[in-house]
Amino acid sequence: MEIPGIVGAGLVVIGAGLGLGKIGGSAMDAIARQPEAAGKIQTAMIIIAALLEGVAFAALFAA
Amino acid sequence: MVLSGKLLKNTLTAFFAVMPSLLFANQHADANHAEAETAVHATAEGHGEHIAVGELTPDQKKERNKEFIQHHLKDSYDFTLFTDETTGEHFGFPLPVILIDNGLKVFSSSKFHHGEEVAEVDGNYYIQHHSKIYKTDAEGTLTMGEHGHPENAMPLDFSITKNVVAMLFTAILMFLLFTAMARGYKKGPIPTGAGRVLEPLVLFVRDEVALPNIGEKKYRKFMGYLLSVFFFILILNLIGLTPLGINVTGNIAITACLALFTYLVTQFSANKEYWHHIFWMPDVPVLMKIALIPIEILGTLTKPFALMIRLYANISAGHIVVMSLLALIFFFKNWVAGPAFFGLTLFISVIEVLVAFLQAFVFTMLSALFIGMAVQDHHHEEDHDGHTEDEPIII
Repeated sequence: MEIPGIVGAGLVVIGAGLGLGKIGGSAMDAIARQPEAAGKIQTAMIIIAALLEGVAFAALFAA
Repeated sequence: MVLSGKLLKNTLTAFFAVMPSLLFANQHADANHAEAETAVHATAEGHGEHIAVGELTPDQKKERNKEFIQHHLKDSYDFTLFTDETTGEHFGFPLPVILIDNGLKVFSSSKFHHGEEVAEVDGNYYIQHHSKIYKTDAEGTLTMGEHGHPENAMPLDFSITKNVVAMLFTAILMFLLFTAMARGYKKGPIPTGAGRVLEPLVLFVRDEVALPNIGEKKYRKFMGYLLSVFFFILILNLIGLTPLGINVTGNIAITACLALFTYLVTQFSANKEYWHHIFWMPDVPVLMKIALIPIEILGTLTKPFALMIRLYANISAGHIVVMSLLALIFFFKNWVAGPAFFGLTLFISVIEVLVAFLQAFVFTMLSALFIGMAVQDHHHEEDHDGHTEDEPIII
């Protein structure tokens, strides 16, 4: 039986969601510990989130 | 009017950023085109005859909405602001079509009657099929291939399409805004007019994007490119949110072009150290060095590829979500769904404004990051000793 592409898309979204949640959560923790470094943490967070997003979108198109 | 050298360079860069896009402007995102093809095809035939929307079954409505969204995501040869479904009348204005097919052929896109008629120019017949122009005969026959794509010859297309108009508009707008801003600084250190809005953004790109990623010594050279790309993407993203129905940064040809620029800038400004790391990675065994060469070369290509996909997918996804939510109002057509989905659309639209800024920032940021990776010197040695505070820290 062939697995439809939409299942793959769903898996990608689950993975991306978990990844983004982890990045966001860790960034929140870090900001709470060191509020003065919030700017730097945010920038790093956005870069990682963007990279993750790129991978997720590439996988979505493949699916 | 005297222009400062750097600002002139910035705006010139912007123009050059636009020029090659002209060549790509009509080639569509084949990735989603393929699957759209089958969906749209079923309803495309019914395009000419205009039936009252109220009599449609839910399935037909769904197809129509799908077709409408797909149509919006694509480039087109005219501006259609809205269409009267009952009379089949389109409201908008045509744009020039420029074809190279045994000589230059220039005519107005109104000859196509929104893709419903065959255009005749100097004895040649052209037909528009899924926003692409094909050569045809007087009856407008299209020979369909195996995958439902027409096999007719396609003339070279340099038309001023909707996307090209949007990009030219952005380029001219940027030129006017930034030359005015440059003139403002001649009178004093405080910017006037639009410069007041733009100065914080320019400083933001310099202080948050270029300086930490490229480093104090080398960042100046790349500011022109980074600022051009930032404002170009930002303005086009924001234009995409207006009801004009323009989707420029959600077109993969255009994001591919922008990503190609980042790739070329990175490769041509790269130093010895960078090439050394690609072709002969230090501090690893010889066999590993050889194995790493193809991986590293592939690595340089995946970076701009990710840039391309990210911008295209984010903006397209945003447009699809907004339009789908709007379509739901017409799908349900009752007093509860109308205001509810209107509110939801408004909410998503506001988020899209944030995304417009975020994606422009991310594209510039990652471009700066890649350029920074290519121009950095000897950070390996310096990390162990003599690492000072003011040195750039490259992630």
